[in-house]
Amino acid sequence: MILQVDAVTVRFGGLVACDAATFAVEEGEILGLIGPNGAGKTTLFNAINGVHRPRSGRIVFRREEITGLRPFQVARRGVARAYQVVRPLNDLSVIANVTVGACFGRENLSLRAARTVAEEVLASLDLADKAEVPAGKLNVAQKKRLELGRALAARPALLLADEVLAGLNPQEVSAMLAVFRSLRERGVTVIMIEHLMHAVMNVCDRVVVLDYGKKIAEGSPQVVSSDPKVVEAYLGDPKAAQRFLEEAT
Amino acid sequence: MIRVRAPFLPALLVVLAVVAALPLAVNNNSLREELFLMFMLITLASSINIIMGYTGYVSFGHIVFFGLGGYFAFYLMQNFNAHFLVAALAGAIPASAIALVIGVPILRLRGAYFALATIGINEAMRTAINNFEPFGGAVGMFFNFSVYDTYGGARNAALLAYGVMVVVALATVTTSYLIRRSKFGLSLMAIREDQDVGIDPARAKVVAYVISSFFPALAGATFFFKNGIIEPGVAFDLLRSIESLVMCVLGGTGTVAGPIVGAALYEWLRGFLITTPALANFQLFLAGLLLLVVVLFVTAGLVGWLRNRYPVLRAYIQ
Amino acid sequence: MSVDALVPSAIDGLMLGFVYGLAAMGLTLIFGVMRVINLSHGPVIALGMFVVYVLFTGAGVNPYLGLIAAAGLGILFGVAIYFVAVDRIINAPELTTLLATYSVNLMIVGVATSVFTTTPRAVDISLGSVGGSGVTILGTHAVAVAIAIAGAALLYAILFRTRIGKSIRAVANNRAAAELMGIDSRRVLALSFGIGTSLAMTSGALLSTLFSFTPLSGATYEVKSFVIVVLGGLGNPTGALVGGIVLGLLEGVSTVFIPVSWVPVLEYVIFIAILLVRPTGLLGARA
Repeated sequence: MILQVDAVTVRFGGLVACDAATFAVEEGEILGLIGPNGAGKTTLFNAINGVHRPRSGRIVFRREEITGLRPFQVARRGVARAYQVVRPLNDLSVIANVTVGACFGRENLSLRAARTVAEEVLASLDLADKAEVPAGKLNVAQKKRLELGRALAARPALLLADEVLAGLNPQEVSAMLAVFRSLRERGVTVIMIEHLMHAVMNVCDRVVVLDYGKKIAEGSPQVVSSDPKVVEAYLGDPKAAQRFLEEAT
Repeated sequence: MIRVRAPFLPALLVVLAVVAALPLAVNNNSLREELFLMFMLITLASSINIIMGYTGYVSFGHIVFFGLGGYFAFYLMQNFNAHFLVAALAGAIPASAIALVIGVPILRLRGAYFALATIGINEAMRTAINNFEPFGGAVGMFFNFSVYDTYGGARNAALLAYGVMVVVALATVTTSYLIRRSKFGLSLMAIREDQDVGIDPARAKVVAYVISSFFPALAGATFFFKNGIIEPGVAFDLLRSIESLVMCVLGGTGTVAGPIVGAALYEWLRGFLITTPALANFQLFLAGLLLLVVVLFVTAGLVGWLRNRYPVLRAYIQ
Repeated sequence: MSVDALVPSAIDGLMLGFVYGLAAMGLTLIFGVMRVINLSHGPVIALGMFVVYVLFTGAGVNPYLGLIAAAGLGILFGVAIYFVAVDRIINAPELTTLLATYSVNLMIVGVATSVFTTTPRAVDISLGSVGGSGVTILGTHAVAVAIAIAGAALLYAILFRTRIGKSIRAVANNRAAAELMGIDSRRVLALSFGIGTSLAMTSGALLSTLFSFTPLSGATYEVKSFVIVVLGGLGNPTGALVGGIVLGLLEGVSTVFIPVSWVPVLEYVIFIAILLVRPTGLLGARA
């Protein structure tokens, strides 16, 4: 078990964004984190990588408690995050951007070594031909790949991927999913926040579902997708959920 | 980091050194005076680039270190007969120490708040020293001419000051370049974009701030040594602080060449405005207009614009 | 100075505080609505002084009528500054707008010093004084306070009782959402800048009746405005007024106990302390 999230609650004033969320992540698996908008998924990521301090609860990574650690401390321990809203260093080249990730990840690499890692990562993400292009000139899909590359260059043990598939066309999505599968083969654990259901079904080993900050379901993609509570969370109306499930089967 | 095909730094340093040697070669005093000022501006603009261009923190009151370096050094020369070179270094160190002390709390602030805080610090320092008798209070301190005897007379002292200012400018530019090409510089730029990577952002910012305070302090010591007089209004002149920001923006923040180009251009322009009698009165107005035009239309500064327009130059001009 | 001087000094400071507060309200309004720190604030205050001066010495216009002219010109001038210097870069990072408004600062000071030189000017009016039991209040001071309060009240009336005020508050709150609701946010921003400038010029007009001035006088008041705005919370007009009163009171009281030249140091130290300890100001920043 590489990550244990134990009754984590995050509050913003009166708003409870995460309500006693509890789940575990096995090493080497791809865990999907889904739920309607506003369910608290990104907030949960923020709690894990130290952006927000949980009001209560514990987060244990590789048997070490990391609750409340600052983001750079969490990053140093091998947790990398690919953000939903990508903000590359626009004036720097693509390879420079990825090198940033390589320099300051788990290992404290020299610039030269980091650049080598960056080159490998770019190759694996099919961005090698754009290595010297200023990051600001990429299109959205390429920027998202760059963001993933930045996170991967840190050689993380755990990758938090926040909606990295959003805005990609089907081919790009398949390509990214292939990247995730290869990560799994290399033993990297991935938690992915996604709205693309077929991607989740396709690549995730297990799925955790959040709604209004609470975990409402957990299990294999098949089990979770036919769980009435989950369908209701997305559709809002229990009767519609019922009808939908009946029609599906 | 960014593969540079031409040896940028050596080339730049050689060019600057040659320019610096010019007035000495032709024995032109007024040219030397102008270049003294220009190298000082290069120092100030490049220093501010280290904190602003790489980290994104706009230090509006950065001139405070110029003033502090000047005052500390002057005090040592005046009261302890310290040699200028010793005093300059001995003055820059406490100035940078102060940068460390104030840097830690104020670098926690963001954007506008940080900028305002730096103005507050400069003004607080200015008004405090205005009242500080050991530093001469509102009147300030001044040398009697005999001080220059140690250096062989006022003229030699001026030459010494010129040489030191050139060296300080070259050192600043070199430091700026090394930072930009280093892992540390990369981390600063990552911090600017709020990326959480595995470095302590607070520590990196403070280091950048302290480094950026050292060279203005040396420049201040040199400037006031040469002038022989220091007073609070001149030492902590907010306008000069903002001018260095302008030069940085004019030439292009975040680049090494930018502040140099900006400083040269700004100084040329100012010299031109002062010497043309009709325009002298409008100097301030034209300065403002120029700044506005640059800010509105040439946002990346001249060097930045060049690099964007002609990408092939990116490797050659940092 | 002895403690006997405390009460009159405090009252004097308090009254001046209202005038400072008026200017600060202008600065904080602009920041609250468009997150721009207006570095042309100081010279605009000086402009207000000179509008009254020119009308008074040139045409014999009563300074308080000249004030109305200053207020009106302020709106027009502010709108102009907005469209020339700010509109194009409204979404740019802070440094850009800082430098843009600073360039306007330079231009105004440049022209004003060319035209008026740095000879101190004054608007000589005397409205007698009121007083008793050791406390004398100058008529000009009393009127200045009254007008400052009226100005603040007017601002509140506009912000909270009119449709345009509502649009301003909407844009300050969330510009994109306001646009989606059909508000022409660009016009609102321009108008807000105009109102902010008008408040500054009005404050300058009032100050012209109290002290002598040069085109460079705005700088001192600009810094005071910054201190006040930070004290009261960036973007919070009530905070600006209260902050102004607090600062004025502080100045008035402290001159009794410490030498005058130390008062600015005290102000700056408080300024920095608030930024570090409670950046949202004593009353809390808006937006």
